[in-house]
This record gives sequence, C-alpha cells and structure tokens, in this order.
Amino acid sequence: MKISDIVSAIDGTIICGSQYLENNVENAFASDLMSDVLTLKLQNLLLVTGLSNIQSIRTAEMSDIQYVLIVRNKEVTADMANLAEESNMVLIKSPYSMFKVSGILYQKGLKPVY
Amino acid sequence: MRLNFNIEGGDFTKAGSASSQVKKTLKQINVSPTIIKRVVVALYEAEVNIVAHAFRGNISVDIEPEQVHVQLTDEGPGIPDIDRAMQKGFSTASPKVREMGFGAGMGLSNIRDNVDTFKITSEVNKGTTLDMTVLISDNQ
Ligand SMILES: Nc1ncnc2c1ncn2[C@@H]1O[C@H](COP(=O)(O)OP(=O)(O)OP(=O)(O)O)[C@@H](O)[C@H]1O
Ligand SMILES: [Mg+2]
Repeated sequence: MKISDIVSAIDGTIICGSQYLENNVENAFASDLMSDVLTLKLQNLLLVTGLSNIQSIRTAEMSDIQYVLIVRNKEVTADMANLAEESNMVLIKSPYSMFKVSGILYQKGLKPVY
Repeated sequence: MRLNFNIEGGDFTKAGSASSQVKKTLKQINVSPTIIKRVVVALYEAEVNIVAHAFRGNISVDIEPEQVHVQLTDEGPGIPDIDRAMQKGFSTASPKVREMGFGAGMGLSNIRDNVDTFKITSEVNKGTTLDMTVLISDNQ
C-alpha cells in the first residue's frame, strides 16, 4: 500500500518524511511493547503504536522500520521528530485509536506479520 | 576498532544512543544490514536493560573483520536467578520502565536469539556482565 494512501485512510498528519510518500509498504505490526517489535525479522514494515516517546523511534531505528504511525494524536516531541528525520523515517500521527487504524488498514490490504 | 560508552541508569532520554552510534559505525564500514540488525537489536535490548534495571554501566564494542564482540558491565542490583530472568515473560520492570514501552520480559531471550555467543554473569547487589559475539560472514 502506498504511504500517501495510508495517510489519507487514517486521517493522518505527516510529521516527517513527506519525500517518501510514494513508497510502498506491505506489512504492518501494531504494538506498544518495544521488545515485541524488536523480535521482528521483517523490515519493510509499518509500525502502528500508541507509545509516543523517543524509545518508539529508537526501536524503529534499530529494527530498520521506516514507517511509524502514532495513534490517538499523542504528542510527538521535537526530539522524536528529529531522530525520525535523521533516520529517514516517515512519521505519521492519526487521531484514531489503535483498533480503528488497524481495522481500516487491514481492510485496505496491509498484511499482518503473524 | 573499539568503541566505549558510559550508560546512566534511569536515563531514558539517552537510552539507545550507544546502539545508534554502533549502528552508524557498522554501516560506514559496510557490514551487511542483516548482521547490523542482529548486533544493534541485541545491543539496544542490553543497553535498555542497564538503563531500566541498573544504576550505571559501561559498554565496550570490539569490531573485527570476522566478528563483533560486545561486553556490557553494570553496577546494580544484579540478577538473583538468571534462568528465571531468561524466561520469556519474566520481568521486574518498574511502572516507569513500562511507560517507556519496555518490561515485557522478552529482552534477554531476544538478545540470545540474535547473537552467536552469549554469556551472562551476575552478582546480587553488585552488578551484571553480558558478553556476546556476532560473527560476520559473507553468506549471512
Ligand atoms: N542489567 C540488569 N541488571 C539487573 N537486572 C536485570 C538486568 N537485565 C535484566 N534484568 C532482570 O531480568 C529481567 C528480564 O530481563 P528482560 O530484558 O528479558 O526483560 P525486561 O527488561 O523486564 O523487559 P523487556 O521485554 O522490555 O526487555 C528484568 O525484568 C530484570 O529483573
Ligand atoms: Mg529488557
């Protein structure tokens, strides 16, 4: 699924990485547990999370995850945005809940990891 | 090449910056992405463990042509029962650590799964030492 289509499907706001909106991603994983995310072997992945702090971005950085979607419009700090930008990520936030975001994106064809 | 880092317990704003530095270095010397990911995922889990569970610590990373060797030592409460700590789901993480997205009790087993050699020793009320190696080979 195209990143720009994901953004519009979940009423998203792009925080950084707008130069990558034409990229495609096939799989998504939703979790607030960073050690769970760190077990994933897949790399071309969208991480959907309610955890909005520097560690969610660090986790994506270490896992080579380029796309991160923060749900429930949680505040994204400047440190988070800077780290995401430096790591060439697309950081998006959505007003919807994790359940709603996951439901919409699943229906539109994003595949689960498990 | 050797890299050294000092880690402060409790400082979640900086947790991961050592791992990030190691990732950049490995990238610069063209280590394959699969190997880099294994090294930095294991290192990041271990770095976060020092921040989450210990008072302070030190990380030393030796990068050689055939392997990356990492040693983490910390001063802290130590681990009374290592077998139990290695089990998936076992965690003594504080609410503050859980708020940061950690405390699933998966870190140590995830570290072991990502490395080629793994050794952990610990003394209660003193600290913990973790030794690990990831081999760099062309067919990985
Ligand atoms: N460096 C350390 N010093 C003291 N105790 C530790 C240390 N590392 C791990 N432990 C103990 O071992 C337990 C399991 O560690 P592990 O990394 O597997 O899980 P966790 O850190 O609790 O959660 P997470 O899944 O986020 O890593 C910890 O909860 C803690 O009790
Ligand atoms: Mg841990």
